[in-house]
Amino acid sequence: MTEQVPQTLRIDDEASLPAVRRAVDEAGRSLGFGLVDQTKLMTAASELARNIVLYAWDGKVTIEHSAGAGRRGLRLTFEDGGPGISDLERAMQDGYSTGKGMGLGLPGAKRLAHEFFIDSKPGIGTRVVFVLWRR
Amino acid sequence: MADVHIISINGVLVVTLPAVTDDGTAERLVEQVGARLVELAARAVLIDVSNARIIDSFLGRVLGSLAGAVRLLGAEPVVVGMRPEVAITMVELGMDLGGVATALSIEHGLAGLRVRAGRRM
Repeated sequence: MTEQVPQTLRIDDEASLPAVRRAVDEAGRSLGFGLVDQTKLMTAASELARNIVLYAWDGKVTIEHSAGAGRRGLRLTFEDGGPGISDLERAMQDGYSTGKGMGLGLPGAKRLAHEFFIDSKPGIGTRVVFVLWRR
Repeated sequence: MADVHIISINGVLVVTLPAVTDDGTAERLVEQVGARLVELAARAVLIDVSNARIIDSFLGRVLGSLAGAVRLLGAEPVVVGMRPEVAITMVELGMDLGGVATALSIEHGLAGLRVRAGRRM
């Protein structure tokens, strides 16, 4: 059962996580990522989706292909309407957590990415873009 | 949904995780293993992660807690069978398992336990 890309999945509680991992797994496989990159992709998706569950309670992920400079890859965009991050610089440091996590989610996912963007406005929400190119 | 399997081999519990461990299963893991450990008076617990396709920071933290609880119950925890791609990803993520012993496979884990038991005698 292959879903179409792009696709958007809602993330509202822990029960949303398996569907996100499955969809990212399928999208990555269809692009032909190697085993290590596929594992990084699924792990990063799990971290970023869980961040939404832990801190924003309601959001979504859009899974789409990305192309440029002769490369193909996968772009995951996580958006939420949660409280936002007041100190983004601090949130990107290892071990910084305001809640239940290990504080690895954002900086860890950034290290797994080839391209990573984050934009957050307190009271409005957070948007994280994760891109992995096929090598 | 795939679940955790727990078997006992000569006083050693072998806990096998599924390909993807959901949060609910992970949260019940420590409780389940603790109960079996006490029931069987196990001396060691091999946590077999060879089926696990990903170990994210949530599952990593659960494995760390599990190892800590096993130690407090007087048994030795060993994480065995981690896939290379999972190990590489965990390192890049910045995660470790809090110093818990690891081994390449169940077989290597059991051999290590035998060596350490021999040294204690």
